[in-house]
Amino acid sequence: MTITSNSSLSPAAFLRRWWPWIAIIAAALILPFILPPFRLNLLGRFLSLGIVALGIDLIWGYTGLLSLGQGIFFALGGYAIAMYLQLDSLEPGQLPEFFGLYGVKALPLFWQPFSSPWFTLVAIWVIPALAAGLLGYLVFRNRIKGVYFSILTQAALLVFFNFFNGQQKLINGTNGLKTDTASFFGQMVGSDAMQRNLFWITVLLVIAAWTLCRWLTTGRFGDALIAVRDDEPRLRFTGYNPTAFKTVVFTVAGALAGISGALYTVQSGMVSPQFMAVPFSIEMVIWVAVGGRGTLIGAVLGAVLINYAKSLISEQLPETWLFIQGGLFLLVVTALPDGVVGWWRQGGPSRILAMLGSSPPTATYPGLDLDPEAQAEKRAIEARARTQESSTSQPSGAER
Amino acid sequence: MNVLLDTLFNGLAIGSVLMLAALGLAVVFGLMGVINMAHGELMMLGAYTTFVVQNLLKNGPLEGLFPVYILLSIPLAFLVSGLAGLLLEKTVIRRLYGRPLETLLATWGVSLILQQFVRSVSSAFFIGLIAAVALGLLAPRLLPAVWWRQRWSPLLGVGSWLGAGAIGIGLAAALGNERSLDQPWFSARNIDVTAPEWLRGSIDVAGVTMPTARLFIIALTLVSLLAVHWFLQKSVWGIRIRAVTQNRPMSSCLGIPTEKVDALTFSVGSGLAGVAGVAVTLLGSVGPNLGGNYIVDCFMVVVLGGVGKLLGTVVAALSIGVLSYILGSGSLLLLWPQMPAGLNETITFFATTSMAKVLVFILIVVFLQFRPAGLFPQKGRMVEA
Repeated sequence: MTITSNSSLSPAAFLRRWWPWIAIIAAALILPFILPPFRLNLLGRFLSLGIVALGIDLIWGYTGLLSLGQGIFFALGGYAIAMYLQLDSLEPGQLPEFFGLYGVKALPLFWQPFSSPWFTLVAIWVIPALAAGLLGYLVFRNRIKGVYFSILTQAALLVFFNFFNGQQKLINGTNGLKTDTASFFGQMVGSDAMQRNLFWITVLLVIAAWTLCRWLTTGRFGDALIAVRDDEPRLRFTGYNPTAFKTVVFTVAGALAGISGALYTVQSGMVSPQFMAVPFSIEMVIWVAVGGRGTLIGAVLGAVLINYAKSLISEQLPETWLFIQGGLFLLVVTALPDGVVGWWRQGGPSRILAMLGSSPPTATYPGLDLDPEAQAEKRAIEARARTQESSTSQPSGAER
Repeated sequence: MNVLLDTLFNGLAIGSVLMLAALGLAVVFGLMGVINMAHGELMMLGAYTTFVVQNLLKNGPLEGLFPVYILLSIPLAFLVSGLAGLLLEKTVIRRLYGRPLETLLATWGVSLILQQFVRSVSSAFFIGLIAAVALGLLAPRLLPAVWWRQRWSPLLGVGSWLGAGAIGIGLAAALGNERSLDQPWFSARNIDVTAPEWLRGSIDVAGVTMPTARLFIIALTLVSLLAVHWFLQKSVWGIRIRAVTQNRPMSSCLGIPTEKVDALTFSVGSGLAGVAGVAVTLLGSVGPNLGGNYIVDCFMVVVLGGVGKLLGTVVAALSIGVLSYILGSGSLLLLWPQMPAGLNETITFFATTSMAKVLVFILIVVFLQFRPAGLFPQKGRMVEA
């Protein structure tokens, strides 16, 4: 396919091609000024969840690895930035407050590098990526796959959850670390202006993550991922090493989860072991499933819309949310295996119209309508059919 | 010696609960390849059944039966959870055979629904739910047969369930105006089941205190295990189940009703979850979140033991039980007081229930590095390529 350069596009064609981006940029610029701070904060949080959803889409939608343990990497990213913020807002020589409660006198060793902003900026995505890479390598090397992979990631999640929950002296255990009262560049992290900046950073990072995932999935690497999903033994027999592809993509998903967790933490005001709770990680999967696995935009849309629906419904009718969420799981699995976006792209709406009997017949081979030879043949067939129709009064024995 | 016996008994007690809980899962996962994340919630249904039986027998004409209510609730819990499992199979699972990841997500959805169900179920709610499910299941018979052969029939399928749901909600809302019908049965609080007198004591054998409740659970596990073994190996339906597991098309050709076999297998597995729920009530108060505490452990038992082998489940559950007790109670320190300092500190670090779980799970993951298919892997042609 040839792509014309932008300069040759007419204004209308330019609009047609770029309107989604124009709409996104316009919304990102306008929303902070029309939404109340609370809603804007919610939107920012849900957008940051879109990044972890993109990672899950990469490993589940494209590679067929259903990880129920993305919460690990999400929370690791969150803890990394929370530790930095705790240290950053201290006077020299002070310790974060909670250490006093458990009688810890000196800063634990692994806290110390987190006083550096540059280290933290790298740690946010490198630590989760390393954790994911190690876990992935150990699991994939043994060709553990399918449901066993899912169960193992869930077990790993529980290991991390119990560990972080139990270690009061190291990371404040169940209570987690607060970030909203910490200061950052001289401003409170929880303040409205700061949250607006964080919203913009989140939008930028979502777009960056989407671009990365798109780049990964469209090239040869993406083809290899899809091959792993569809027929791993065959890929192996053709001389590729699926373990390497799976480990790399799981690492990337881990890094995305870490970034997402860090953004979510600074916008929700705290990080706690609840980020690693078993239900939360499964919820992440359902965002992708509802939005449409294998469609990158579906993952982001699913994360934002489901979470927005959750917060709205939980405000009004808290008892019904679990029913609705459970129903969503059932609906997606039984009726919409490719999610809403996948259903839309595969012509779902026109199929429904066709069921109701109000859609035009589809052209199977549009080229035929333009081919003069085919058209002449069609006219001939129709003419023959008409002459036969006029002679149907005759008994049909002669036709044999 | 005393410490050793004590450790063994407590490990056995923890392991037997795990084994009982994982038994049904081993049946469903091992024989059908279905990942039932709602297994823990089916246990919870069993626990709530016990609670209901206890309350029915506490004050009333049947008070004489109160001392043995726990025995009565075992078959009842089996029945309730089994029926819930049957309903689950008939409505959801049967559409998803051969797609284990999808069953995982769907049953997780069911588990959420069941959790919220016990929190907010009231008489009105229950009647509405029964009406909705009955209408949804009967819709193909109630509506004119011609309607199901139209172009828009797939929409009718979805629409009939939506309609049934709407009727159910409407009915529940209408009945909910009646105060007596609107009371929640259990509410979101945890419930307590008081063990009967004979399960509250303890027996001293060779200096080890054995609570009778624990002994009862061990006995119940043993009986269930034997029953499942007999059912699968000796009974006609058990043989059919194994035949379908080994070769579905061939079994079908030989006249085995595979759909009935699927439904039966799933119901038996779910019923066993109910029995496990009865046992769990003896260990403390239970609540709607009961399932979440057990489900991952159960899966670890099944995976460690090797899928499709009851013996594997037994060995895995017992070893996890003993190991977590040894680590969690720190009794290694008692056995070996002159331990080197470094090791000593490590053991103290892991000497809580949750940290012991961390270590046990890490050990399992490490073990699976060497034996990816578990303790007792399946051999031969059934192994997936």
